[in-house]
This record gives sequence, C-alpha cells and structure tokens, in this order.
Amino acid sequence: MRFKTKLLVAALVVVHFVLLFAGFIAPYDPAEQNRVLPYAPPSRLHFRDASGFHLRPFVYGLKLDLDGFTEDKNQVFPIHIFVRASRYKLLGFFETNWHLLGVSGSGRLVLLGTDGFGRDEFSRVLHGGQISVAAGIVATFDALLVGMMLGMLAGYYGGWVDESLMGAAELFLSLPWLYFLLGVRAFLPLHVSPARTFLLLTCVIGLIGWARPARLVRGIVASARSRNHVLAARGFGASDFYLLRRHIFPEIYGVLLTQATVLIPRYIAAEVALSFLGLGVNEPVASWGNMLSTLQQYSVLVSYAWLLAPACALVVTSVIYSLLADCLHSQLKFQSS
Amino acid sequence: MNYLGRRLIRTVLLLVGVSVLCFLFTEMAPGSFFDDMRVNPQISPETIAMLRSHYGLDQPLIVRYGRWVKSALHADLGYSIAYNVPVAPLLWGRAQNTLLLSVTAMLLTWLIAVPLGVWTAARRGKALDKTTSIGVSLLVAIPEVVIAVALLAIAVRWRVLPIGGMKSEDLDGLPLWVRIKDIAEHMLLPVIVLTLVDSALVVRHVRAAVLEILEAPFVQATRGFGISRSRVLFRHVLPAAANPAISLFGLSLAGLLSGSLLVEVICGWPGLGPLILDATLSRDFYMVVGGIMVSTIFMLGGNLIADIVLTVIDPRIRTGAPDAL
Repeated sequence: MRFKTKLLVAALVVVHFVLLFAGFIAPYDPAEQNRVLPYAPPSRLHFRDASGFHLRPFVYGLKLDLDGFTEDKNQVFPIHIFVRASRYKLLGFFETNWHLLGVSGSGRLVLLGTDGFGRDEFSRVLHGGQISVAAGIVATFDALLVGMMLGMLAGYYGGWVDESLMGAAELFLSLPWLYFLLGVRAFLPLHVSPARTFLLLTCVIGLIGWARPARLVRGIVASARSRNHVLAARGFGASDFYLLRRHIFPEIYGVLLTQATVLIPRYIAAEVALSFLGLGVNEPVASWGNMLSTLQQYSVLVSYAWLLAPACALVVTSVIYSLLADCLHSQLKFQSS
Repeated sequence: MNYLGRRLIRTVLLLVGVSVLCFLFTEMAPGSFFDDMRVNPQISPETIAMLRSHYGLDQPLIVRYGRWVKSALHADLGYSIAYNVPVAPLLWGRAQNTLLLSVTAMLLTWLIAVPLGVWTAARRGKALDKTTSIGVSLLVAIPEVVIAVALLAIAVRWRVLPIGGMKSEDLDGLPLWVRIKDIAEHMLLPVIVLTLVDSALVVRHVRAAVLEILEAPFVQATRGFGISRSRVLFRHVLPAAANPAISLFGLSLAGLLSGSLLVEVICGWPGLGPLILDATLSRDFYMVVGGIMVSTIFMLGGNLIADIVLTVIDPRIRTGAPDAL
C-alpha cells in the first residue's frame, strides 16, 4: 500500500473509532434538553483569568440577557477528564457513566454550542454520526451483497439468466433514484420507531443501488469464467459453487472494495438527504440529516453558524472516503494494466 | 432489427417496468391518503369508503394499473387527491420551472467544463491542472446538500441574492426586462449549486478521456505536421475523446427533471421537487407516481438520445465492434 492510502485508511479508522465511542467522548446525552440554553454559542475555553495562567482549561457560566449569551466571570467551571455523568451504553453493551470530558456542578461544556432545545451540538454530532455512517455502511453492504450475488450469477451462467438479470439492472439504473426513494418512502408508514426507519431506509437505499456493482461484477466474472485455471479446475470436477468461491471471487474482491469506498459516502449522503427532507430518521434520535434540517429556516441559518457542524463532519467523512476511493481505483487500474 | 430499434423497444419496456414497480410498492405499503381522516370523528367510515371508491382506490391492483395505463396513454396521469385537480397540468407547470433551472445549469456546466477539461488535460501536471483537480476532487466528494446549504448561508448572511421562490412580489406592472432580471437573480443561487456539482464530474471525465487520446500516435503526427496546439486539441483530440463525454451528456439530459430535487427544496425553488416531496408526505398517490414517471421518461430519453448520437457519430457502435467505448 502506498503511503497516501495508508494515511487515508488511518484517518478513516480514527473517524470510525470516534463515532463508535461517541457515548464516551460526548459529554452529554444527545437527547438531553436544557431549555435555559437555547442556541447557546460554543463554549470558549479559557486558560487565563484574573489570578493568572492555569494549566487546566476552564469555561465560564453562561448568562442569557437581551443581547444574547454572555459569559458570567463569577462562575468558573474547570474542565475535568474522565468524569461521571449521564448513563449510556458503551458500544451498545456495557452500561457505564464515564465520559471523557466534563465540567462539575451546574456548568455546561458545549464545545459546538447548542440547538434550539439546548441540546449539546457536539454530543449530537457524534451520536448522529453513528446513525448516518452506520446507515451508509449497512446500505452499502446490502447493495454489494445483492449486486455481487446477482452479478456472479449473471456472469457465470450467461444466457437467459444474464439477459434477465442485466435487464433488471438496467431498469434500476434508469430510475430517477431520489424521486424513487421518495416514492418508496411515501408508501412506507411515516411514523414508525427510529430503529425500524433505519432498517427500512438502509434496505431501500441498498436495494435500489445493487445494479451498478452487479454490472461490474458480471463483467469480471464473465471474463474470468473462461480463464485457463478456471477451466482446468472445472476439468478436475470442481462444482460451480467451488469455482465461484475459490477461483472467481478473488478476482472481484478488489472491485468490491473500491465500490464500497465509492458507495459508503454516497449512501451516507443519501441518508442525510432523506433525513434532511424529513423522510429519514426522526427526532429525537439524532442523525446528521435531521440536525441539518433545522437550517431550512433562514433565520436559524443566519444566526447560528455552529449548527453547520454536522455538515462539516459529513464533509470530512465524505472527502476521506472519496480520496481513498480514488487511490484504490488508480491502484486497481495499475494492477490490471 | 437494427440497433436503434432494439434500444427503442428496450426503453418502452423499461418505462413499463418502472410503472409496474411503482404500483407494486403501493400495494405493499400500509396506509393511504385517507388515514388521517380515520382519526377525525366527524368523518364517518362510510364517507371514507365512498371517497376511496371515488378515487378508485378500492379496486384490485390489476384493475387500477390497467386504468392508469389506459389514461396515461392519453397523457392523463390521474387525479391528485390532495389538490383535487388533474395531475398532469400541475406537474407540467412545475416541470417548466425545473427545466428553466436545470437547462440553464446544464448549458453553463458544459460551456465551462469541456474547455476546462481539455485545457487541464493539455497542461497535465502544471499548476492549473493541479488546482483544478483538487477543486474537482473536493466538489465530487462534498455532498450536494452541504454545498447548497453552505452557499445559501453565505447568500442569506451577506444579503447578496434574493432567497426563496422564483420571483419577488408586486412586479406585475413593471416592464419585461425587470421581471426577467428578477427571475434571473432568484435563479442564480440554485444554478450555481447545480453547475458546481455537475461540472466537477464533467471536467473529470473529459480530462481523463482527452488524456487517453493525447497518448495516441496520431496526435504526435498532427504535431509533426505543424498543426497549432489549440487546433490539435479541439479539432483532432476532442472529437476522438467525445464518446464518454456524449454518454455523460446523455446523463445530464436524463437528470434534467430529477437531478435538482434537493437544490430546489433547499433554495425554495417552486419546481417539481418540492411538489413531489409534499405529495410524498401527504401520500398523494397519483401525484407521486406521475412525478416518478415523468422524470423516468426524461431519464430514459436522455440515455436514448446519447445512444442515438453515439451511433450517428461512431460507426464502431453501429457494427458492434468491441473496442467502441
């Protein structure tokens, strides 16, 4: 692997690690409201006060008056590492109440400000990222699994199987996919539990997206089928399944990997778009899309710039994935030429 | 039968397939437009049943589909339940707004992107090429929603452009050019977003295609004949590199109705997108199906046009030679 690829993979690992441990890194519960702090700006970290320099950063308490929020210099809250606060389930299993950062007493540490309900934007970006990125990965897995199986069938058996499967693929490719997603979503119940919405969403996105990977896989399998080593193995009496698994799957592995890095950011964006339009994951569960949907009100968009934080997180994730996709693509081309 | 005839039949089959898919999904879905009425104690179940039969929703799927196809062939896409008017004129009115937006964006995209793609390919590795390719990578990677929201934030904050809608109020008495200028100002933001997103892709493909041709021996020969650099690029290299660009142009045509949905919703442009979104939220069945079908026709039509152009200009495709694309 080239250095650039390694760097990008490392960055991706960091991003996913942070999102995986969102509960620990986030200071607050993402749904915890604080009605006295609506649209509070990001806390400023201070090192210096009247008594001089402190190694431990601290924040001042916030006071709401007619001009908005101002810092109350009388209330000082030092920031502590490894504090006990709200309970959550780490990785979905271990219930604990340890958090990476926090302030004691009545102080609030809002690193990226708060939204209209006084919920901590930083915690919501992390937890929302879990949902959005997981949606992207699960949908990609669906699409690649279906696409791989149908593509292998079409490429390996050829004939009418090939004709009908690729016809279906063309049908799905010629759909205006966002409209169709809207249409499909329209006929599903609007108000269902977030878990079911998530499942439906990923299935729908994934099932619409199987066509392109299927075409790519089909092309490779069709040419791999008549390679000498495959023909030789067949001559020794290997079954179709064995041939596909042992001799043909390794050929499509690289394409699947590249496709995954292309599709994951695209499907994260699809989830964000749907939730942005109010058709995806519903409140109170955070996702990058439904967090951004408050920005559809122009007054919010103008006044509270920190609410663009989920957009920044989305950009960082997508850019890393897409640069990685470029790297893998050029490597694949280099190998095959 | 020749290639184009087969393509045409295939397109019609695909159109039928999409409509069947739409109807199948509605059959699987629980709930309908009248669900909200059920909660209302003032509307009796008989009334709802009557409404359902009035709109033909009580019929079995096959019957509904048959009726729909029959009327769709006469350009009648059914009756909107929410707006209580026929779907087709409503869709057409909004589609015009969408087309105004997307055709402008498409023209701009191709006018900017093709020269930029050729130019960056010709100066491979130079500063211009490097900055362009960084910009293109970023634009390809950043989701459309984010670009739209970010530009909207800029426009709203510095009040540089009018935001939302298609024209200002109280312009009726003013001369024509004032009204045109007003619409152009309202269009500018969504057009910029669409152009940025689309041209990144076009630049990337045109550049790659031109680079491939530049390595061919005949380009060396043209240089040897002393033909000027720009003439070589635009007269000899570009036509040879046109095939992927034409396929992409077909995709551009295909996305004319459906590609701008998000941007329309975010910028408040009264196009097809917001209409279908509302119809989706209120489960206005025939409206949603109509919207999907109209945009599918554009999708298929765009690809078909690209295929026709390709067969006309490239004989290799007509004869089915393997190295055509």
